[in-house]
Amino acid sequence: MAKLVYDKDGRLLFTKEMKEEYTILMPQMLPVHFGMFRQLLVLEGYKVDMLTSNHRGIVDEGLKYVHNDTCYPALLVIGQLIDAIKHGGYDPHKVALCITQTGGGCRASNYIHLLRKALVKAGLEFVPVISINLSGLEHNPGWSLTLPLLRKIVYAMMYGDLIVNVANQVRPYEIDKGDADAMVERWEERLTQGFQKGRGMTRREMLALFDQIIAEFAAIPVKDEEKVRVGVVGEIYVKFSPLGNNNLEDFLLSEGAEPVVPGLTDFIIFKVYNRIVDVDIYGGLWIKKKACQVLKGFIENCQKDMIAALKKSRFRAPGTFEEMHKLVHGYLGDGNKMGEGWLLTGEMLELIHSGVPNIVCTQPFGCLPNHIVGKGMIRKLKDDYPSSNIVAIDYDPGATKINQENRIKLMLANARQLAKQAAAEEEKELVHA
Amino acid sequence: MSLRVGIDIGSTTVKVVVLDEDNRLLFRSYERHYSKARERACETLRSIEDMLKGKDVRLVITGSAGLGVAKAAGLDFVQEVYATAAAVNQFIPDTDAVIELGGEDAKIIFFGGALEERMNGSCAGGTGAFIDQMATLMNVTVNELDELSLKHEKIYPIASRCGVFAKSDIQPILNQGGRKEDVAASIFQAVVDQTVAGLTQGRELKGKIVFLGGPLHFLMGLRERFVETLQLDEAHAVFPEDGDCFAAIGAALCSSDYPARPFNELFRLLEESRGATSVVDTMPPLFASREEYDAFTARHNSSTPPKADINTYTGDAYLGIDAGSTTTKMALIAPDGGLLYTYYHSNQGNPVAIVLDQLKTIYGLCGDRIVIKGSAVTGYGEDLIKNAFSCDLGLVETVAHYRAAAHFNPDVDFIIDIGGQDMKCFKIRNGAVDSIMLNEACSSGCGSFIETFAKALGYDIADFAKLGLFTKKPVNLGSRCTVFMNSSVKQAQKDGASVEDISAGLSISIVKNAIYKVIRAANADDLGRHIVVQGGTFYNDAVLRAFEQELGREVTRPTIAGIMGAFGAALCARNLHLEKSSLLSLDALQSFTHTARPVTCNLCTNHCSLTVNTFDGGRRFISGNRCSRPLGKERIELPNLYRYKYRKLRALEGKGKGDGSRGRIGIPFGLNMYENLPFWFELFTRLNFEVVLSPESSRKLYIKGQRTIPSDTVCYPAKLLHGHVEALVEAGVDAIFYPCMSYNFNERISDNHYNCPVVAYYPELLAANIPDLKKTKFLNPYAGLHRPHDYERIGSQWFADTFGVPRHEAKEAIRAAFEAYHAHEEDVRATGRAYIEEARAAGRPIIVLAGRPYHIDPEINHGIDELIGSFGFYVVSEDAVAYLEDYAPRKVLNQWTFQARMYNAARYVCTQPDMQLIQLVSFGCGTDAITGDEVRSILESGGKLYTQLKIDDISNLGAVRIRVRSLMAAMEERGKEQDNG
Repeated sequence: MAKLVYDKDGRLLFTKEMKEEYTILMPQMLPVHFGMFRQLLVLEGYKVDMLTSNHRGIVDEGLKYVHNDTCYPALLVIGQLIDAIKHGGYDPHKVALCITQTGGGCRASNYIHLLRKALVKAGLEFVPVISINLSGLEHNPGWSLTLPLLRKIVYAMMYGDLIVNVANQVRPYEIDKGDADAMVERWEERLTQGFQKGRGMTRREMLALFDQIIAEFAAIPVKDEEKVRVGVVGEIYVKFSPLGNNNLEDFLLSEGAEPVVPGLTDFIIFKVYNRIVDVDIYGGLWIKKKACQVLKGFIENCQKDMIAALKKSRFRAPGTFEEMHKLVHGYLGDGNKMGEGWLLTGEMLELIHSGVPNIVCTQPFGCLPNHIVGKGMIRKLKDDYPSSNIVAIDYDPGATKINQENRIKLMLANARQLAKQAAAEEEKELVHA
Repeated sequence: MSLRVGIDIGSTTVKVVVLDEDNRLLFRSYERHYSKARERACETLRSIEDMLKGKDVRLVITGSAGLGVAKAAGLDFVQEVYATAAAVNQFIPDTDAVIELGGEDAKIIFFGGALEERMNGSCAGGTGAFIDQMATLMNVTVNELDELSLKHEKIYPIASRCGVFAKSDIQPILNQGGRKEDVAASIFQAVVDQTVAGLTQGRELKGKIVFLGGPLHFLMGLRERFVETLQLDEAHAVFPEDGDCFAAIGAALCSSDYPARPFNELFRLLEESRGATSVVDTMPPLFASREEYDAFTARHNSSTPPKADINTYTGDAYLGIDAGSTTTKMALIAPDGGLLYTYYHSNQGNPVAIVLDQLKTIYGLCGDRIVIKGSAVTGYGEDLIKNAFSCDLGLVETVAHYRAAAHFNPDVDFIIDIGGQDMKCFKIRNGAVDSIMLNEACSSGCGSFIETFAKALGYDIADFAKLGLFTKKPVNLGSRCTVFMNSSVKQAQKDGASVEDISAGLSISIVKNAIYKVIRAANADDLGRHIVVQGGTFYNDAVLRAFEQELGREVTRPTIAGIMGAFGAALCARNLHLEKSSLLSLDALQSFTHTARPVTCNLCTNHCSLTVNTFDGGRRFISGNRCSRPLGKERIELPNLYRYKYRKLRALEGKGKGDGSRGRIGIPFGLNMYENLPFWFELFTRLNFEVVLSPESSRKLYIKGQRTIPSDTVCYPAKLLHGHVEALVEAGVDAIFYPCMSYNFNERISDNHYNCPVVAYYPELLAANIPDLKKTKFLNPYAGLHRPHDYERIGSQWFADTFGVPRHEAKEAIRAAFEAYHAHEEDVRATGRAYIEEARAAGRPIIVLAGRPYHIDPEINHGIDELIGSFGFYVVSEDAVAYLEDYAPRKVLNQWTFQARMYNAARYVCTQPDMQLIQLVSFGCGTDAITGDEVRSILESGGKLYTQLKIDDISNLGAVRIRVRSLMAAMEERGKEQDNG
């Protein structure tokens, strides 16, 4: 058995020995992306399980061990991890947990600490917790995010964003139910197998794979019909995680809408860009700024490649990070960086500009940054874009699905009305012409 | 064209309408469904079968509960707000806005310009249901409530955030003798404020407004409050004849888009859907068998006081009264604790009358045989009852409950009391009440919620509770608050859960709320080995069982669980060993009179809502006051650093040392300005600007800006900013300056030095939501005061770009501003030191009232600092002691400057025997979900008591008083313990 080693502040470390013996449990936020991230970690020699559990027991464990007024994602993620240790069939002395840590001014930076507190409360203080972050917080001898690994993660993220994007554009229209999901699975498999053999992780290979992915999704037989498109933005966990948002995408699909979910890439670029902005508006080391600019440039180039690949196809392509950034001017300052910061408003603007004025803005109940960047900007968006149709939905252990769905239904009813009016006007114009 | 049928199934009612081809209303009905929505709808349809039989009709369902019905039956559905808009468009086309209140939802629709439709957020639920609950609370019907409201003389400010909050505001007003008429109108006003604040979100309500929905249709008092608040005349306030059925009418109109089908087929589909259930979220049963239940009751019934008979007993007796928030409890005991007489009843909004009546009964029963030698009163109504009947002793509830619990289990180390409104939990250590946990507003009313709910379904509470004992699958209803639970119940009903499942589910929810929200325990050992449970809610065997199940430990429930407070008070009265009780005699009771008059105190800017109770013989009792001035006594002002800091900051206005020649700069007095004003004042006045501060915060100022608040769950300190900024616009300043600040000063006591997201970015929210800001220059640059050298460079550039100030001049002013900030900081610390020394010289205890800088605003803290002072404490703020400790690693990420001060203040308090800390928390402050736990663990590991006061736009000072007095009682006990040890 691995020895428990602590650092000088009493933090339990993840040791090299543990790397051999322990299974690392990681929460899932984006099903496709995180599946590939997991695979990359396995390639680095870690034993990793991604938790896909989705049952009431998760919330109950969360309520038990986390302050009930803490944001819902913390409650869910911590509840899911503890539920897995207790009931997932693991030897509690042979598991470690990992959790991301962003390090911004929002409560989310505290998740890892709340997790540790929860473990103590649950009598599991011997379970090591690994912080995954880019800020150099909390070193662990048995864990390292090397530069090559980071690069692979960036590539995996690009594939993830692309696959999710095209799958979303196919799924509502597929003639044979399940085609798109089967294709997603096939590509996940193929890509991760490729990673194993060291493939798919250069720009050249990525470009080729982009084209293949797009071509194969485009080949799925679809019906020719118009559906209302609905954008999904929000706090990152409830935006993406089906566990967090009560299967929002499935609900939208069942209501005959096409969900449009902006990807993860912009969020990552946003987080890197924040460090550049900090130096600009408050002062600081130019070297830090330079390093971040290099990283930002690298990811942005990958994003541009993806956009270019999409533009060649029949699929709609998202805008670049900088294009979105320009839209936010006049709404929020560049310094607004906590949580999703100005990016959230930016995503709403980009959706509106790309013909998706119908938006579900998701947030955990009482989310602090979203008071400002979510609910706080809807008024101005409505004034500037009268056709924008945004509904803010709170997620919480106590919030009922019926209330959430009723509000989304109102937004959808308005969306259909808007679409009808637009079609009528178009017709009128045609008649006049 | 065929007939069109619209069915609106809401949370409490079913509305059915039939329209002919000319949109004439052939039929309409509005009926309560008592949770049997599908049955109700079918019955109504059956009653009009003759009209529709054999015809092809178009039928569409709408409404919050209609969604599930439509799905289950395979019928067409339209969203109800959409349907309402369609109906209004058709029948009242020149409408500007619609306000519709239903059982659970509030909706607003704006026409004209862009169509905007909004529903209340999750935290503002309960409109019609809320009014029902309030009526139950006051023991009147909804119609009586309405009639009462029309005769009001004054309106009490009642929290409009949500029903639970409002309820905990109303309770003390009732208990302190407020007039029912005034309370009734205040309840309606709260509904109005909640609707206006929560739904308009920056769009002005003006023009022709149509009011719809059941409550607005039936309640004239509610209409009156809306019309008055929105200042509408008759032409602009429209209450249509069928305003209660508009959504159903809209659904009928919308049905034109759907195909017609034979009525018989539609009816059959609806009927067949009645049996469909789909409840998934269930929990294990409470009892597996009858035997298990019998063993359980036998065990609990063994904790019972000695028997005594008032009809035969002769000797001394002691009276205890517990004037609780919703119930009045009385106990008359013999010296050995034998129960001679007990009373437990809802106080029906008038505890004085009930106690009077009971006292007469007791005196009658006592005759000449029994002499009452002592009387004590506890609970919310303690002061009122004590003054009314001249009781010998008033004591804080925690002490009364502990005395009673110890009577049954001398080893008791944990007590939990769940009453109608409140939960109280306390640990006992070495024979004294040690740490106290009281529920905050969000957990209020759990006990009475079950009762109201049972009544609404036509059950009495005891029967309702029994229903759930043996169900196999209790539903999970969540545990956040009763508003959320209420809507979970609606969902469960929609899914077809039975009353039994819901009954058990509610009991379990209440227990989870108590354990995980109030006590914050993860397992039984966090509580204790000898747990005594009490309070009326524990009479409910389902709640008791759920509690034992959740903890996995057996507990003691005395048979007199509901009157433990009164029993404890009686024991305390006994321990007074008086020769003669001062309690009013039977003769005196004959001439007893009581009148209550509402008054607004004008002796200071707090403008407390007082209730003046006058009794026969000139006895008077005034309640609702924060200080002793309205009682005719001289106000004793102990040194109080909150007051000092506030006055000092308010003085920072005008031209300072400059000449004001560059113009007038408005600064909103809120959030980060409470910290940084000394900096900005110095900077602007040095640069020859005149600084204009926004007015002092007040409820009026809040109301002024209320309509532009986009998020109703943000904290009150932030919401106040809207009014501040609008006032500055009116003041006609040249520009308003309110910077964004991600970072705060780095005081080197934390891992990082952020502001919370709300403090950091609220200026941007204001810019986007307040239309008036377009009339002026609103300057909200990002400012980084945490890097003084860089700010000199970056800030001076900003001043050069914005105002054309020469850079060298700006740089100099910035340097001076930093000095001024630090001088202010040092002054606060020095004054704090002086106050502490003074307190020690006078032998007074010191309270560190730990909050954020903006908590010194009297409108935010509601005078809590003065209230604490009135108990004889010296009050200092967290920043006056935080600097006395260095950095230390914490169990949480210590990344906010203001919050870091609280950790350090708590650590410092642990080193000082004569200090205690009280944490002030604003409702909706997300960071305090983290800091609260951490401060508590620092204090508890240092042997101190943790007290948290949660405050919002209205504060129930009664609850604050109980917490502070509980703290005092615990301090006293500890003091004694130390003297003995």
